[in-house]
Amino acid sequence: MDTERAVVPAARAALADACPSLRDGVAGDAVFGVTPPFVASPASTSEAAALLAAAASFGLAVVPRGAGLGLSWGAPPAACDLVVDLSAMDQVIEHAAGDLVARVQAGVTIGQLASVLAEAGQELALDAPAEATVGGVVAAGTAGPRRFRYGAPRDLLIGLTVVRADGVIAHSGGKVVKNVAGYDLGKLFAGSQGTLGLITEATFRLHPLPTAVAYVTAEFGAAARASAAAAVVAAAGSVLVPSAVELDWPGGAQRALRVGVLLEGTDIGVAERAKQMSDLLGAADSSEAVVSDVAPVRWGQLPSPSIVIRVAFWAGKLTGVLDALAAAGAGADVRPAVSGPAGAGLLYACLDPGTRSDAAATFVRELRERLTSGRGDPRGSVTVLAAAPEVMTACGAYGAPGASGASRASAPEVPGAALMRAVKDQFDPEHRMFPGRLSAI
Amino acid sequence: MLGSIQELVPRMRDICGARNVITDPLELRTYECDGLTAHRCVPALVVLPFSASEVAAVVAACAAAKVPFVARGSGTGLSGGALPRRDGVLIVMSRMRSIIEIDAASRRAVVEPGVTNLAVSKAAAPFGLFYAPDPSSQVVCSVGGNVAENSGGAHCLKNGFTVNHVMGLEIVTPSGELTWLGDGTGVTTGYDLLGAFTGSEGTLGIVTKIVVKLMPVPETVHLILAAYATTSEGGQAVSDIIAAGIVPAAIEMMDALAIEAAEAAVHCNYPAGAGAVLIVELDGPTAEVEAELATVRSICAAAGATEIRAADDPAERASIWAGRKSAFAAVGRISPSFIVQDGVVPRTSLGAVLGKIAALSAETGVRVANVFHAGDGNLHPLVLYDENVPGQTRAAEEVSGRILDACLEHGGSITGEHGVGVDKSKYMPKMFDASDLDTMQLVRCAFDPAGLCNPGKIFPTPRLCGEVPGHHRAVSSGAGQPAVAEIF
Repeated sequence: MDTERAVVPAARAALADACPSLRDGVAGDAVFGVTPPFVASPASTSEAAALLAAAASFGLAVVPRGAGLGLSWGAPPAACDLVVDLSAMDQVIEHAAGDLVARVQAGVTIGQLASVLAEAGQELALDAPAEATVGGVVAAGTAGPRRFRYGAPRDLLIGLTVVRADGVIAHSGGKVVKNVAGYDLGKLFAGSQGTLGLITEATFRLHPLPTAVAYVTAEFGAAARASAAAAVVAAAGSVLVPSAVELDWPGGAQRALRVGVLLEGTDIGVAERAKQMSDLLGAADSSEAVVSDVAPVRWGQLPSPSIVIRVAFWAGKLTGVLDALAAAGAGADVRPAVSGPAGAGLLYACLDPGTRSDAAATFVRELRERLTSGRGDPRGSVTVLAAAPEVMTACGAYGAPGASGASRASAPEVPGAALMRAVKDQFDPEHRMFPGRLSAI
Repeated sequence: MLGSIQELVPRMRDICGARNVITDPLELRTYECDGLTAHRCVPALVVLPFSASEVAAVVAACAAAKVPFVARGSGTGLSGGALPRRDGVLIVMSRMRSIIEIDAASRRAVVEPGVTNLAVSKAAAPFGLFYAPDPSSQVVCSVGGNVAENSGGAHCLKNGFTVNHVMGLEIVTPSGELTWLGDGTGVTTGYDLLGAFTGSEGTLGIVTKIVVKLMPVPETVHLILAAYATTSEGGQAVSDIIAAGIVPAAIEMMDALAIEAAEAAVHCNYPAGAGAVLIVELDGPTAEVEAELATVRSICAAAGATEIRAADDPAERASIWAGRKSAFAAVGRISPSFIVQDGVVPRTSLGAVLGKIAALSAETGVRVANVFHAGDGNLHPLVLYDENVPGQTRAAEEVSGRILDACLEHGGSITGEHGVGVDKSKYMPKMFDASDLDTMQLVRCAFDPAGLCNPGKIFPTPRLCGEVPGHHRAVSSGAGQPAVAEIF
């Protein structure tokens, strides 16, 4: 420890030399309750490159930060010497409206970008919080209800600039929507949670803003769970081209379910499609469908981000997934609030913040038992996105039946985990970029 | 034949059966090139495996013997991506062609890599579903090849590319292990290797099973063909359509020379004397498409169309598409040889780059026919030449290279859908700097440190992978947090 302390003044000087905005970390910079010694806000990609090169020469652990919204998700970093705050890189570099393309710095917020694009009647078709940064959203790889139609950030990203752990700047893709030259590093970095390098610029394909939207919702009683699932499947497979097909099932198995569909288009078109979608959603045991141009409550929002379990599945199997959620909830004596883009084969099960760790872990294990057991090809996954470290340790972020506290050797792995570790070793051989973050691999 | 490959022959016969291992020099020549015939190389050995486990065993045997290997689908690629190695094994995937499963309610299909692109849509049709990526070669090209190349097609403007429709892959790694990438749902846990693998041109492994997304067949489809005196008038119509907030299923354009060729080949009956034809396809819910159709018609007319035709029934549409989809082959009618380029420019630069191509053609006397995906700026200039006339081949190659330069000057790409392969690797340094290429090859080193999997493609200079430390360094930590769950 003495030698480490001796390193600090020299490291500080080198970091400050690379990036004049270097400062000491304060309580507000804490990651999982631990305040980093250094925080820097580079103003450009080249400054960020110099900063990471300096960090590399002192072997510092680096945690990239956008708006900081996702920092409390996933596993805590094993070390955090330097937080790189991207908020000073907040320029929309180019909005080529005629090409439906925008190139932005990573610290631009979703809200800031939306207002620039709206001037030309365009948008980045991602549902993310307005205060989130573009870089943070790409690094987290998350998408909201409209992932059903537009996909995740990886599907809208057409170019990327990153700074590697060793300070080298690299680009991939470009600013044209159609481009297969070279490996697509955008795919690799989208969802990499800061563990492969620092995202400093991103280029996206855009979409025209719809002139009209309609939310069509129908309520199903607890006993009509299967009908709700059937409505989701019918909406998702319909020719009415929904932008989102959501299921909202708060408060556990004994409560009602809401199916919500978003339609986007022209005034006349949306009105007609909403009518047809209402007929499609309505069932003998549902309420009459309601059409509104305002999003229903809780649309695209997770009820409680403290314990979040992500269930991915083939949409046609939704009834079985809901049954499994109900049974696992009963087995673990927890009441999961379930919501998400069910039409896209994705649901989030959230547990109350007060849920005991062993109950949460039991819930996860029971879900896996029911949904991912068997030796066939993978058809889904049950992943813990956010939970206390005890829960992660007890059931693993990603795993299969009965993998409680199992050693690595025996625990099932994410498909391709060995290749993922090889990729990490190539990009960050010293494991300094957000070390320990992707515990699922 | 090289000694080490000679030694592999009995092993390959054990794995695939003697009839599925080709050593006869004449038969081997069948595989000397893919759709890009300018590059030819007879492989030392060809194997035709029937199953994923056979592919894994073949690759493991190659890896153990340090023999390079190349996978080939239907051989329709246009960048020499499946060009064999003289000192290597060519693994032909065309025997693995079953459609394993179609789950209509989930809108998913599971297919083997040798299945043709169109076969997936045909199998899905009874359920009212289709597989969206539609390269012009879709009758013969394989889904495995589409994954390797991240194939596009005329309709990717609206629906996206292969990578947006692949939900899971089973692959054989370059060391011969079978593994899945993705959980089969398209949702990513950890790194998106599924996305990184798609479009890696066969350099990161061999696909043995593919989960694809199917989409509902659109309720209504309308096609408009508009004739113009010049491509720049047609280009104006394209810009105006996009500016109106409409994303058609496809927007294609052909110039006079391409029209002439298509007419000669398939008698598509495009308007006589047109300097350019624009094909706009709209699809979606009837309630939306009818309104868009009226808007697009008036935009096309306002841009100066000399004739506008609407094709509403499938037969009429097919006849219009026949002209477009046959264009590459049709050019063979008007020129003994031609180079197909695949450069991309920002849509708003289409006019400028087409002007530059015309000027290049006039300057050099090399004829260039233009067929392109106007909606996404993907040009397919067909550079015509006669290899029997001295100097023409070279002149055509030079014009071809200068067209790519023009694309890059306007912020575009050297390839939109055909891939880099062997053909365009020399242009990669014009688009990416040394650090970019070095960083991309880190992925290569992670998957294929020995450099045996389709070597010599994409990158002009291979990176030496070397030894990776891979140790879990205990970094100095102000955080003082115990290393909870650190896996890396």
